[in-house]
Amino acid sequence: MYSEKVMDHFQNPRNVGEIENASGVGTVGNAKCGDIMRMFLDIDENGVIREAKFKTFGCGAAVATSSMATELVKGKTIQEALEVTNKAVMEALDGLPPVKVHCSLLAEEAIHAALWDYAEKNGIVIEGLKKPKADINEEEPKEVY
Amino acid sequence: MIYMDNAATTKTAPEVVEAMLPYFTENYGNASTIYSLGSASKKAINESRRTIADILGAKPEEIYFTAGGSEADNWALKATAEAYRGKGKHIITSRIEHHAILHTCKYLEKQGFEVTYLDVDQDGLVKLEELKAAIRPDTILISIMFANNEIGTIEPIAEIGAIAKEHDILFHTDAVQAFGQIPINVDELHIDMLSASGHKFNGPKGTGFLYIRTGVKIASFIHGGAQERNRRAGTENVPGIVGLGAAAARAAKTMNERMEKETKVRDHLIGRIEAEIPYCRLNGHRTKRLPGNVNFSFLFIEGESMLIMLDMKGICGSSGSACTSGSLDPSHVLLAIGLKHEEAHGSLRLSLSEENTIEEADTVVEELKKIVARLRDMSPLYEDFVKKGK
Repeated sequence: MYSEKVMDHFQNPRNVGEIENASGVGTVGNAKCGDIMRMFLDIDENGVIREAKFKTFGCGAAVATSSMATELVKGKTIQEALEVTNKAVMEALDGLPPVKVHCSLLAEEAIHAALWDYAEKNGIVIEGLKKPKADINEEEPKEVY
Repeated sequence: MIYMDNAATTKTAPEVVEAMLPYFTENYGNASTIYSLGSASKKAINESRRTIADILGAKPEEIYFTAGGSEADNWALKATAEAYRGKGKHIITSRIEHHAILHTCKYLEKQGFEVTYLDVDQDGLVKLEELKAAIRPDTILISIMFANNEIGTIEPIAEIGAIAKEHDILFHTDAVQAFGQIPINVDELHIDMLSASGHKFNGPKGTGFLYIRTGVKIASFIHGGAQERNRRAGTENVPGIVGLGAAAARAAKTMNERMEKETKVRDHLIGRIEAEIPYCRLNGHRTKRLPGNVNFSFLFIEGESMLIMLDMKGICGSSGSACTSGSLDPSHVLLAIGLKHEEAHGSLRLSLSEENTIEEADTVVEELKKIVARLRDMSPLYEDFVKKGK
């Protein structure tokens, strides 16, 4: 059901852990739906993401998208990191099953949440960054009997 | 490979396959024909019917072959509703039934029937007082599963049957997880209808039956032929029915031995997991439990991740997490016994066969310890919990 890349990032997740005194930390998702992602960013004085780490409660796809998202934002400027969309994460993982697309949305939102936290801590406004949603929740599929 | 997902399906037993083979090849006759080739099929079908009837303490003519448990459940509920709608339109079931029952009940609600979904206690047992209180003058059917597929809890079927009989209400039980695993006698338990599925007890997939007590006047579900005493049309799946009968005979013959073996491995697994993995919870009743069922919730982690990691070690299990159900909600059974969403997401079911050994159980526990620790290391919920504790 999962691509080889997803399995690789699930089995050997990159950048698992925490960053002490991170420049920005964002937590999105909720336990009710079974996915929580927390992203830690270390951003240098030039606005470049030096390090990214994550912790995730969730399925294989949630872990893999978190892992890939941290890989994709590392070394990027804040503006470049904003361009790391859920599509970019999915493409980098060679796709996700349809029911798991929300995991990639959650990963994108986790990046935004961490950047939002960074902006708030530093009293700056990041152009193009909207206040992240705490949760990504697709509409529940209606059951048909 | 260590296969511990026997509640999902079982391996077809070699002697079952053996019994079926001639009915694909030389004995291919249609049982409805008059020549001897057809009679051989007819005879084989009747033998299976008798075997199953004997196991249940029923009469052969009360066994109706279906294409599985879901069909039997659908038939029992829809046909009863239709046949008895003149008497009433109220049905009682429980919140922890299989979807073959729950979704059929939802469908019947749309057709104008009223359904009471009984709550269960924290172990998954139906509360008899609530059942009694739910009975109305227009109640036509009580449908309560024999044993739960996820948490293995065995319901008080004899008591439920007695209550149904006392109130002159039909009693159906979905025994898909129980038939062939634990003793069932339809008379002693006052069961009017019972559903079972072949592939849950080493029979072929796509086979099953509905027991219908003589006198219960439910109509045909599939029209188009006189098979199954006019109640279930369609040329009989002769090899399947033969396999079902062979599997039932095998299950009855080996039941005591299997129960003993599985219970031993089950209790070993439960004991070691509880002793060696912190922050876990056994789901389901500790003793009123299917011999082969183990179900735990591991806090702070998610089930699908656990399953993939177990699979990487060659271990097959299942989970009630939303990710494995294809919806955003975790198992309705785990929520009904009072688990929080995150606890339900972190559930693991291991369902045994008689082939599972103590050594296999030990391997599973060792791998599980590592997997749970690894996923907790990765979990923001665990991080929060640890920090709060400090």
